[in-house]
Amino acid sequence: MPRSSAAHKPRPWRSLAAQFALLPMALTVLGVYVGTVLWSVRISFSSSRIFPKDDFVGFSQYQRLFETERWIVSLNHVVIFGVLFISACLVIGFLLAVFLDQRVRGEGVLRTIFLYPYAMSFVATGLVWQWMLNPELGIQSSVRSLGFPGFDFAWIVSQDMVIYTVVIAAVWQASGLVMAVLLAGLRGVDESLWHAARVDGVPRTRYYLSIVLPQLGPAFGTAFVLLAVGVVKVYDVVVAMTQGGPGNASEVPAKFIMDNLFTRANVGLASAASTVMLLTVLALLVPWWYARSVQARRELKR
Amino acid sequence: MHFSIKPIALAATLIVSAAAHAQKAEVIHWWTSGGESAAVKELADAYTKSGGSWVDAAVAGGENARAAAINRIAGGNPPTAAQFNTSKQYHDVIAEGMLNDIDAVAAKEGWDKLLPKPIIDSIKVKGHYYAVPVNIHNPTWFWYSKAALQKAGVAGEPKNMDEFFAALDKLKAAGLTPLALGGQSWQEYITFYTILLHVGGKDAYMKFFQAHDPASVSSEPFRKSLTAMKKLRGYVDAGSPGRNWNDATAMLITGKAGFQIMGDWAKGEFAAAKQTAGKEFGCFAGFGAAAPYMIAGDVFVFPKTTDKAAIGAQQKLATVFTAPTTQVAFNIKKGSIPIRTDVDSSKMDLCAQAGVNALKDPSRHVPNPDMLMTPDMTGAVQDVITKFWNTDQSVDDVMKALQGALKG
Repeated sequence: MPRSSAAHKPRPWRSLAAQFALLPMALTVLGVYVGTVLWSVRISFSSSRIFPKDDFVGFSQYQRLFETERWIVSLNHVVIFGVLFISACLVIGFLLAVFLDQRVRGEGVLRTIFLYPYAMSFVATGLVWQWMLNPELGIQSSVRSLGFPGFDFAWIVSQDMVIYTVVIAAVWQASGLVMAVLLAGLRGVDESLWHAARVDGVPRTRYYLSIVLPQLGPAFGTAFVLLAVGVVKVYDVVVAMTQGGPGNASEVPAKFIMDNLFTRANVGLASAASTVMLLTVLALLVPWWYARSVQARRELKR
Repeated sequence: MHFSIKPIALAATLIVSAAAHAQKAEVIHWWTSGGESAAVKELADAYTKSGGSWVDAAVAGGENARAAAINRIAGGNPPTAAQFNTSKQYHDVIAEGMLNDIDAVAAKEGWDKLLPKPIIDSIKVKGHYYAVPVNIHNPTWFWYSKAALQKAGVAGEPKNMDEFFAALDKLKAAGLTPLALGGQSWQEYITFYTILLHVGGKDAYMKFFQAHDPASVSSEPFRKSLTAMKKLRGYVDAGSPGRNWNDATAMLITGKAGFQIMGDWAKGEFAAAKQTAGKEFGCFAGFGAAAPYMIAGDVFVFPKTTDKAAIGAQQKLATVFTAPTTQVAFNIKKGSIPIRTDVDSSKMDLCAQAGVNALKDPSRHVPNPDMLMTPDMTGAVQDVITKFWNTDQSVDDVMKALQGALKG
């Protein structure tokens, strides 16, 4: 590596100590993380039910998985959820960050308010959302009682709309986090740029879109990764708000996996499903890693 | 990195010696709500009184408690006893040879003659008893609010499905919610098998759940049940999807809704609202006096151990749990009925007494679906039913889907 040039040559005994200190962590990662991943991949090729078994049944769990309607429906839902959730969070988070960046009064209080949803458990707030969206208890009935009897807002009990209520609740929770990440990025933008832009008569929107936004690349990257991870493992919001219903209209893959792992005593099928999720994530991440390493190599060559 | 081993060793010695003196029993269960923990205290007290020492290992939530038990059994550090439902949930554990049998207790107490057949079928595998039943729940009770029925002008309990629909119509006309239902898939599933049992009949029910016979699905009684179930959809309010079962019971308590189909654990909600069976609310377990009575409930299993003291504790637990006095004390608080009919039921409420009476007639006994189907197949059927309930899927389509689910 070009970095380990003569000037930075690490003293061997010191690096040995550092590596020794890192050893427990490395072992944990290898043993606990990679080990269990490999183990569940192995289990997905067995006929395991409530206890893991050592036999080998080929791809039959995978075949069954993709013949299961609920799994296919769950995959569709997570795609809809993912696209809407990530884009809405990035847009709203960015707007909130820009808003706070105007040095508004009471910024600290506002920041806390915006970030607060992220600090709360969805098990509690999901229930509140459920009540608010319930047509008999929540928004619909209160607006109707205010004198608008024709008002209709019953998304959470509708087969077609329920997945969007999940998106709304999830966006409410996560956009504060995006705001915090992007605000940190905004504060890193050199303020003299703004002064220069003002001298040149650049309007504020143009300044943010053309000058600030391109500089926020790494912050957006971080926010995106955080949100994407949230999409893959989305579970608690669904369980708290809709339990996958009505019918199977808001089922998601993580809930399918949990149900089969525990209630349905079907470890083999659950492992097959989680392996599919892992492969999906890898299929998305590997090109990104590759692109990054190519870029890094290019920069080193310069 | 200096810590003394002595205190740990000392503590271990103390625990071991304590186990030798009083028979220590660590019991995993999921009875954590107010009424439930009062009930389990009856079991614990009975065990303590007979000279044992009860170590309570309550885990909130049935799934979590069962997962904890399975993990500890698989990990080689099993509890003395663990709660399961009277079902197939623990049959894989038996097949793996990880449970002790309690044939000694069963023989001494004469379980073969004492217990209802559906329970024996669930806990006796290949001639050995592997679990001790502690209660009988029936998940297919019909509950009704007397105030709501009076307001709608419904006189008396419906004696068949047609009368039931007529009552629902009257409730609807009176501006009440005819059927209080929580639209969660397990509650929709209860509605499904209740209707199959009480409209389609015991025969259709058993062919589907016990024989897993795909042909049964296309039979006339089965079609009639599915059509009736779909018709019920029209009597549910808009706020039903996602509602918890106890919120649905609350609709009866406040007189906003007429009927609810739910297990006898619903009595706990009425009791908490200071309502009495026969006074503010009524109950019937199916249509007519000879309606089939579904048997479900809870059992404790005893993980494999060769430790003599632990085996002694396991057998003592089994003996104490099934004793008539423990049975009555426990089940009054739990809201279920005793596993044996030779008990004094005079202190129980009206619904429980009706249950005990039904239990005396073996021809009315029906095993619950979890005794007859693996959790895996149950899950597949449940997925089909919840879709059927919530969409415009036709009866013919859902029949095909159910046949697919039976193939597993």
